[in-house]
Amino acid sequence: MGDVILTMEGISKTFPGVRALDNVAFELQKGEVHALVGENGAGKSTLMKVLAGVYAKDAGRILYKGKEVEIPNPGAAQHLGISMIHQELNLMPHLTVAQNIFIGREPRAALSFVLDEKAINEKTQELLALLHLRLDPRTKVSALTVAKQQMVEIAKALSFNSEILIMDEPTAALTDAEIDELFRIIRQLREKGVGIVHISHRLEELKQISDRVTVMRDGRYVDTVRTGEVTIDRIISMMVGRTIYESSPEVPEKPSQEIVLEAKNLNRGNLIKNVSFNLKKGEILGFAGLVGSGRTEVARAVFGADRIESGEIFVLGKKAPIKSPTDAVRYGVAYLSEDRKRYGLTLKMDVEANIVLAAFQKFMGMLGWVNSSKTHTPADHFVKMLSIKTPSLQQKTSNLSGGNQQKVVIGKWLAANTNILIFDEPTRGIDVGAKSEIYRLLNDLAQQGKSIIMISSELPEILRMSHRIIVMCEGRITGELNSAEATQEKIMKFATQRAA
Amino acid sequence: MDNQIVLKKSLFRSDAVQRLLAFGALILLFIVFSIASPNFFQFDNIVGILLATAVNGILALGVTFVIITAGIDLSIGTVMTLSAVMTGVFITFWHLPVPLGILGGLATGAIAGLINGSIIAKMKVPPFIATLGMLYIAKGLALVFSGLKPIYFNDTPEFNNMAMSSVLGAVIPGFDVPNAVLIMFGAAIVAGLILTKTVLGRYTFALGSNEEATRLSGVDVDRWKIAVYTLGGLFSGLAGVVIAARLNSAQPSLGQGYELDAIAAAVIGGTSLSGGEGTILGTVIGAFIISTLSNGLRILSVPQEWQTVVTGTIVILAVYLDIVRRQQQ
Repeated sequence: MGDVILTMEGISKTFPGVRALDNVAFELQKGEVHALVGENGAGKSTLMKVLAGVYAKDAGRILYKGKEVEIPNPGAAQHLGISMIHQELNLMPHLTVAQNIFIGREPRAALSFVLDEKAINEKTQELLALLHLRLDPRTKVSALTVAKQQMVEIAKALSFNSEILIMDEPTAALTDAEIDELFRIIRQLREKGVGIVHISHRLEELKQISDRVTVMRDGRYVDTVRTGEVTIDRIISMMVGRTIYESSPEVPEKPSQEIVLEAKNLNRGNLIKNVSFNLKKGEILGFAGLVGSGRTEVARAVFGADRIESGEIFVLGKKAPIKSPTDAVRYGVAYLSEDRKRYGLTLKMDVEANIVLAAFQKFMGMLGWVNSSKTHTPADHFVKMLSIKTPSLQQKTSNLSGGNQQKVVIGKWLAANTNILIFDEPTRGIDVGAKSEIYRLLNDLAQQGKSIIMISSELPEILRMSHRIIVMCEGRITGELNSAEATQEKIMKFATQRAA
Repeated sequence: MDNQIVLKKSLFRSDAVQRLLAFGALILLFIVFSIASPNFFQFDNIVGILLATAVNGILALGVTFVIITAGIDLSIGTVMTLSAVMTGVFITFWHLPVPLGILGGLATGAIAGLINGSIIAKMKVPPFIATLGMLYIAKGLALVFSGLKPIYFNDTPEFNNMAMSSVLGAVIPGFDVPNAVLIMFGAAIVAGLILTKTVLGRYTFALGSNEEATRLSGVDVDRWKIAVYTLGGLFSGLAGVVIAARLNSAQPSLGQGYELDAIAAAVIGGTSLSGGEGTILGTVIGAFIISTLSNGLRILSVPQEWQTVVTGTIVILAVYLDIVRRQQQ
C-alpha cells in the first residue's frame, strides 16, 4: 500500500423517490485492494458508478491524485485511468473478443478513420497471453460461455492501463478455478500499484484478497477497517446494523417419500445426456456442478422451455408431455431463471402486475377484461407474506433491489399455484441479509409441501439447503449424495468427473 | 471436443451462410425464369434488371447501416424525392452548374439524415417515429419546392447522360450497361469498405449489438448514431440524384413506398432488424432478388398486383429461414 490516489467526500445522489447516496466518503490507496460491501441497495454500485462517470453526483467532491476532478461520462473516467467492470456483462455479442476489448480506442491504419484489424488482434493476443487466457481474439463473444465473457471484460478493463480498477461482483458467475485465476491477476495488478475496488457479496473472498473493507448501509458510509483486524461476523453486523446472523445449517425436516416429479432418460444433444432423477414432496433437491455442466439445460427441459430429443417426464406418477412452459405451468411446474431481469420479470410493469402475471386467467372477467380489484388482494397478500420491500404495489419492479425482485418472481409462481419450483441460482447477486431471507423462504415452502429443485454454484449454499444433492458434469449426472454424507470435496470430485 | 462444437456452431452461424442462402435464391430465380421464358436471359433484359435495381439498391445500402444499429429509417423514400427535387431546383431553376446541383442534391439527403439522427440521439425520439415524421416533412417539402409539378432537365442533357449513357459501352463495344448501374456498384463498394474497415462501421455494429455497453466503453454514442443516419441520408440523396438523372426529371410525387422496398432488400439479404448483423453484399443480393422477381414475373405476364404479393411472401420467408437457422444452434 502506498499513497492515497483517490478521495471521495460528501457524495450524494438522489434518484426519483430514492436517496441512493447520502454524504458518502471513500478513500483508495495505490496498490491496495479495497473491498466495498453492504446489502443490496446500500449504494455500493451507485457510488462506484459516480466514480466511473455513469451517474453524475448531486453533491460532494472527488480528489484524484490530489486534484479535484469532474467525471461527466465514462469516457472521461477512462481517460483519467479509472475503469469499471459492471455487474451486468457489458459486451457486444456480435463483435469479436478483440473488437470488444478495443471498442472506442481501436488502433487505426494510415488513414485515421480506417481500422487496423491486424493490430487489434495482435494487441489482444498479447493482452490475453499476459493474463494466461486461452482465447482466440477473432471469436465472436456470443460463442463464449458466461465465464469466458467475464474474462473478456476483465481483459478489457485491464487493457486501459488503469490506475483505478473497479470490479462490481466479478466472481458471481465464475467457478472456483476461475476465481483463483482472477485473484492471481488482481494480486499481479496490486504489485504494479493499481488501486482496486472490489464489490462482492462473497465475504469469505474478501478475507482472501482485500487489504481494507469499507462498509455501506442504506446509502450511507458506515466505516472503513483493515481486513486483517476484523472477523466476517463483525463485517456482517456492520452491514446489516445488527449482530444476529444465522449461519447454522438450515436443512429442513425429512420430506415424505411421495414422488412428485420424475425424469427418465432425458437427452438433448451434447447438453443433456441420459439424465434421470426424481423429486419428492416437500424436498429440496440440490443440483450442483460447474457452470455449463447442463443443470440449467435440464431445468429448462423439464419446464418445456427447450425441446428434448428423447426421455419422459412424470408428474405425480402420471406421464406429463410437457412441450412448452404453458404445459409446465398446467402441471404445476415453475422455473425461476438465474437471469431474473431477462426471464423472470417484466421490469417495466409494477409489482402487482408481475405477481398476477402467471395466474392472469384467474383474474380475467368476460372478454379478457382484467378485474383490477381482484388482482389487488392476492398481490397484497404475497407482498406481505414474502415481506417484499416496496413503497407500493404500483412500484415498477425495475426499481426494486435484487432480493426483492427475486421475491416478486417467487410470489408470481405461488400466485399461479405451482407445487414444483425450480430455482436456478436463487441467490445470485443477492446480499447476505436477503440471502438468509430467501433460504428461510425456501425452507418454509418445502415445509408447506412444495417441492423444490435448487441449482446453485455456491457449494456452501447447496450443502446448507439440500436434502439430497445431484451433481452434474458435461450433461451427465455423475453422482448423488444425501445431506448427511455430502461435503464440498465429494461434490467437486463428481463435478469434475469427465467422461473417458 | 468443446472447441469442435464451438467451431461447428460458428461456421453454421456465420454471416457467410446467410449470404450464400440469398445468393443461392437469386441463382435459383435466374434458372427458373430462364427455363420459363426465352425472353428472360437476354442481355437487354438483364440490363433492365440491373437498372431497375440501381435506385432501390442505393437506398438499401444506406438503410442497412441504420438497421444494423437496431434503428430504422422510414424517410429514405421521400428524402430521395426531396433530393431529386432540390437537384432540379438548383440546376433548372437556379441554373447552377450540374456538378454543383448534384452536390446540392447529395447535401439535401445528408442534412435530412443529420436531422433524423439528431432527433433520435439528442431528443431520444424513437427512430420509427422520428423518421416517420421526416417521411411527411420531406414529402411536403418536395411538393413545396417543386411547385407541385415535375422539374425537367431539358437544358442540361449531360445530367441525363450521367446516368443513362454507358462508359462501359464505350470501352467494350456492345456492352452498354448504363452508368447508373456502375454508380450503384461503386456506392456498394464504398459502403462495404465503410462498414467493414472503418471506425464508423465498427460502431454501427457495436450500437446495434449493445448500445449501453458501447456507451460505457467511452464511445460517444450520440455522435456516431447521428453519423450513421447522416450517412443513410447521403445514400438517399445519391438515389435522388440518380433517379432524377435517369428520368430526366424530378417527380415530386414519386418516392413513397421506396423505403419499404429498400428495407425488404436489406432484410432479405440477412440484415437483422434487432441489430448487430448485416452485410453490404447481402443487401445488394437482396435488392437484386426483388427486382429479378418482379422482372421475371412481368415477363411471365403475372399482373403487377400479384408481383407485390409475391415480394411480401419472400420477405416473410427470408426472415423465417433466418430464424430457423438460428434456432438450430
